[in-house]
Amino acid sequence: MLAMALKELRQLRRDRRTVAMMVLLPLVLLIVFGYAARFDIDKVPTIVVGANAEAVAAQLPERLDVTATHTDWTREDGVDALRRADATVVIVADSTAPALLIDGANLFGAQSVLRAVAGNPALPRPEILFNPDLETSVVMVPALMGMILVFIGTIATSLGVVRERQSGTMEQLAVMPFRPRDVFLGKILPYFVVGIVDLVIVVFAGLWIFGVPFNGAPWIFGVGAILFLFVALGMGVLISTVSENQGQAIQLAIMTLLPQILLSGMIFPLDSVAIGVRWISYFLPLTYFVEIARGVMVRGAPFDALLFPIGMLLLLAVVVFTLSVLRFRRDLAPSPGRRERRAAAGEVTA
Amino acid sequence: MTAATRPGRDADDRITGWGLEGVTVRYGHHVALDRVSLGVGAGSVTAVVGADGAGKSTLLRTLVGAQPAASGRVRRPDLRRIGYVSAGPGVYADLTVDENLGFAAGAYGVRRAIARTRINQLLERTGLTDARRRLAGQLSGGMRQKLALAMAVVHEPELLVLDEPTTGVDPVSRAELWRLLAGLAARGTAIALATTYVDEAERAASVLVLLRGRTLAAGTPASILAAIPGDLFSLAESASGPLAWRRGAAWRLWSPDGSAPAGARLLTPDLEDALVIAQLAVETAEAVA
Repeated sequence: MLAMALKELRQLRRDRRTVAMMVLLPLVLLIVFGYAARFDIDKVPTIVVGANAEAVAAQLPERLDVTATHTDWTREDGVDALRRADATVVIVADSTAPALLIDGANLFGAQSVLRAVAGNPALPRPEILFNPDLETSVVMVPALMGMILVFIGTIATSLGVVRERQSGTMEQLAVMPFRPRDVFLGKILPYFVVGIVDLVIVVFAGLWIFGVPFNGAPWIFGVGAILFLFVALGMGVLISTVSENQGQAIQLAIMTLLPQILLSGMIFPLDSVAIGVRWISYFLPLTYFVEIARGVMVRGAPFDALLFPIGMLLLLAVVVFTLSVLRFRRDLAPSPGRRERRAAAGEVTA
Repeated sequence: MTAATRPGRDADDRITGWGLEGVTVRYGHHVALDRVSLGVGAGSVTAVVGADGAGKSTLLRTLVGAQPAASGRVRRPDLRRIGYVSAGPGVYADLTVDENLGFAAGAYGVRRAIARTRINQLLERTGLTDARRRLAGQLSGGMRQKLALAMAVVHEPELLVLDEPTTGVDPVSRAELWRLLAGLAARGTAIALATTYVDEAERAASVLVLLRGRTLAAGTPASILAAIPGDLFSLAESASGPLAWRRGAAWRLWSPDGSAPAGARLLTPDLEDALVIAQLAVETAEAVA
């Protein structure tokens, strides 16, 4: 037994990345997630519209953080602002039909507003839009679809390249006439198809089993989902290119998955995440998928309202693709070799 | 030791086919290859021989472009016209024989109809037709090497490079692999292979012997034999000293100045003897220096 333990210890000592992850990761996770794991929302973005907007805005409880007032806006304009996630609350300050509209897709924000305005006679009766019963499943299922895709996609592809390296076939690939981008795209294409099938299944299961609405245009959701899937699969390939063995690849994949679950706004609202940790959220693809999925499915948000998350996913896709291709280039064609490769045939002088 | 004319070289010993000229490869501060040259002529087999760590794999990887050279010249065709079998398994264990060959054909851009014909021919030539639907991971070592070779030649390369294709392969499979290589060379393919078996090097048209990253001997097997300094003797009894070694049941002794010890019988050396003597000559010179 001692001999076995000694052997394991020696192997572990040589796998410095694993040791670093085992020792440092718990501390990092505790600090990051300690700041992230908060449901409390102190400020709820609020827009006040209607003829009396200015006067009403001045009298609102502190929690309703007035970000804009529009005296010329109607209730429809206010609903449109909620649909676009420009605010969580819209107060229609109109003497004929006053209203307090709350975005039900922002579950914790909505609950926070309800608590803040309860028993306030100066405010109209709250009206919850998009998710009138504040059902958790309506908000969670669209986000869970993303989590499922990122889990399956990233872990599946994270093993791809490292498996080639460990089995010795990477060297064969290096001598085959593949461009690095061919290898990247070839690696993710089959998983991409499987991921699309997965997506269709989870969307229909979500609609059918949990009764989640689909209020927006499916094509917008499709664009976001395809970009997100590309990033998720690409992250897996990138992880694989920087890992020395399959164990490291899985560890790295999990390291990227945990923050996505806790910092993407899927569980804890982004507004309540401490600012010192929140910046991480903006590098996570799930953050943007959650925004798109909830926007399209629950609020029925139009394309232009989701340009930012779609643009960010596009940017992440470009970054992941570029980094992976650069890593592949290093593996497939060492620098002087690349120069040599350009010479289609013939003599090469190093 | 060099021959006047060798495959892949002209009369002035310059590379005429594919190969390396004065190539140095470094891994950090370690010099893996030190100004090594290798000519690989069309229609011939060039063997690279050496002990483990001599630089054989580095040399072949440099030749195919998987390893950059620090200095020197490399002549090789475009990647589409190179076939390479690495020292590893080189086949996908979780794909069938057919699927492995299909992948290689696709990777090299061989058209589907042509690929189908070639794959059938290769399966027949390698004796893998009955195993075409078996997973590569379930094949024996010899069959796997034949599959790796078939994958490397499915696009009919001009230059075929094999890193120890017969290591760990049984004698029958080795003979079959060599039959396949001879057939490929007869069709004009330039073949460079690394081997630890001297009997295989004897079959090659040209041999490069490496010792710790440097050229120990180079030329045709005959020219290497002809260039042996001193004489070789067989001893009936055990011998001591750095110039004696045991081979089979008998002892051999290399005499640099040709002087015969008592009871010794003069031997005609074969290539294995020549390689041992070449190494002893270098080590003796180094010891003197």
